[in-house]
Amino acid sequence: MKTIQGTVYVVKDDIDTDQIIPAQYLNLVPTIPEEYAKLGSYAMCGLPDGYPPFVKPGAMKAEYPIIIAGRNFGCGSSREHAPVCLGAAGVKAVVAESYARIFFRNCVATGELYPFETGIRLCDVFTTGDVAEIDVAGSLLTNRTTGKSYSIKELGAVAPVVEAGGIFAYARKSGIIK
Amino acid sequence: MAMTLTEKILARAAGKRVVGPGDNVWVEVDILLTHDVCGPGTIGVFQREFGKMAKVWDPSKVVIIPDHYIFTADEKAHRNVDTLRDFVKEQKLPYYYDPGTAQYKGVCHVALPQTGHVRPGEVIFGTDSHTCTHGALGAFATGIGNTDAGFIMGTGKLLIKVPKTMRFTVNGTVPPYLMGKDIILKIIGDIGFDGASYCAMEFTGEAIRQLSIEERMTICNMAIEAGGKNGIIEPDEKTFEYVKARTNKPFEAVYGDADAPVDSERTYDASTLEPCVAEPHVPSNFALARERNDVKLDRAYIGSCTGGKITDFLAAARILKGRKVSIPTFLVPATMEVAEDIIKSEIDGKSLVEIFAEAGCDDIAPPSCAACLGGPADTYGRTSGKEAVISTTNRNFPGRMGSKQSRIYLASPLTVAASAIRGRITDPREFM
Repeated sequence: MKTIQGTVYVVKDDIDTDQIIPAQYLNLVPTIPEEYAKLGSYAMCGLPDGYPPFVKPGAMKAEYPIIIAGRNFGCGSSREHAPVCLGAAGVKAVVAESYARIFFRNCVATGELYPFETGIRLCDVFTTGDVAEIDVAGSLLTNRTTGKSYSIKELGAVAPVVEAGGIFAYARKSGIIK
Repeated sequence: MAMTLTEKILARAAGKRVVGPGDNVWVEVDILLTHDVCGPGTIGVFQREFGKMAKVWDPSKVVIIPDHYIFTADEKAHRNVDTLRDFVKEQKLPYYYDPGTAQYKGVCHVALPQTGHVRPGEVIFGTDSHTCTHGALGAFATGIGNTDAGFIMGTGKLLIKVPKTMRFTVNGTVPPYLMGKDIILKIIGDIGFDGASYCAMEFTGEAIRQLSIEERMTICNMAIEAGGKNGIIEPDEKTFEYVKARTNKPFEAVYGDADAPVDSERTYDASTLEPCVAEPHVPSNFALARERNDVKLDRAYIGSCTGGKITDFLAAARILKGRKVSIPTFLVPATMEVAEDIIKSEIDGKSLVEIFAEAGCDDIAPPSCAACLGGPADTYGRTSGKEAVISTTNRNFPGRMGSKQSRIYLASPLTVAASAIRGRITDPREFM
């Protein structure tokens, strides 16, 4: 994927996995297709009051392919339901100041979405509803609404896994599994 | 080259002489742990990638402990346990602890070591972030997602990055009013909610040595609450005694090199630390219990992998003996073994069951994760409104115990018990 574009949804620091997908929905199994879709409809429904709904009532998907976040996005549980529900809701990328380790790894392993890191605080300069574009190869994020561009960090050591399409594809490519 | 405890375990598991922080290595897995919430998805990934007829790499290394949604009428929760049962049967897995039978255990992170599946020097992955608990016995243990777990199921291997080590040395004598929970909440408060991201948190020092295995588990359990990849404590005689009482399987303990470089070092004196709480809504929101007497509470909760062990109930009983709680107080033993120990244990000739009943606590609930993470609507102890809860659990995120409006204060079982008596946050020294 060369570019990702669309409307952004902005969240602040320490968005934990209970906010991304509350525990009451962990009875849904991500590998069952209809439950995968259902998980998408609950994405981010645990955010505190004050945030606009991420998925509109009655809808199965969100209108936001890009999430802009502060520090420590995805902290808490190892539940893969978290990146899965975002992917199922139609999210293509999260651009966060930093990530919690397991969430980042689950994004890479599943290939559900790109976990881009900026190291800079974009959640204060983006507003939910802004339109943005990510040039994946050029590691550049542009806010089309404000006209400003920001560099994003390269994926580094996990890049080969992401490029291969997840841990299974990577292991097959490198001969670890058949 | 000198290596830390974590590096040495990973080097051995990777079949390498030396590894260093930042290296990406394939490690051989000793134990893969999963439960009812992530097991079905893990099995789904395993079958999708390796085929419907595929066999797990080593049945003796897969441990399945259902614990999250056990005592609920939720149909999908029951379907998920059935999925585990079918898989266990088909794969002939020897280590499955089925709800509703004599084999049922309860919360996986307390059951895993109790059942002898945690051994020093080994590499443990689990589909639950609190898998870091098992570092308390000198193992490398960390949480992973379903996809990585499905990969391990088929191969017995995983590609991981060797973490930097942050060392926390706790010296001095542990006073009777201080618990492992206070030590770890202090550390998380100091370094922050993401202060150990991607790092190994190694706990050492004479105060750590004084702690029981259960108390060490409380500390390692919450490494993830600072973003840590693993928490770890070097094994000692207490570790060996605990492990050998539970398994005959041989193991080879690993020790860090004294001269191994670490990424950072912090030193504490246990004798100067005080009972504390983590205020809503992050575990790093540290406050001293004695400075929060103004916080009025609606309920108290003692349970979970962090705070539902026998040592936790003994601590609470020391405070509650001969006193009455003034707010609803929920008691959820982590495992069947803990529940049995509560029945067997006494303080000054009085059983814990009697102490809790006379104090006016709610009846002791059957072991499971229960309200620690909210769960289905009929979960025992789940919040549903604006309750202020003081809890021995590990997370106080918005909505963590059910309702987004409820406020959770994390504390040691001593502090929870003292606070249950007053109905306000209370330093346990007031009752000691």
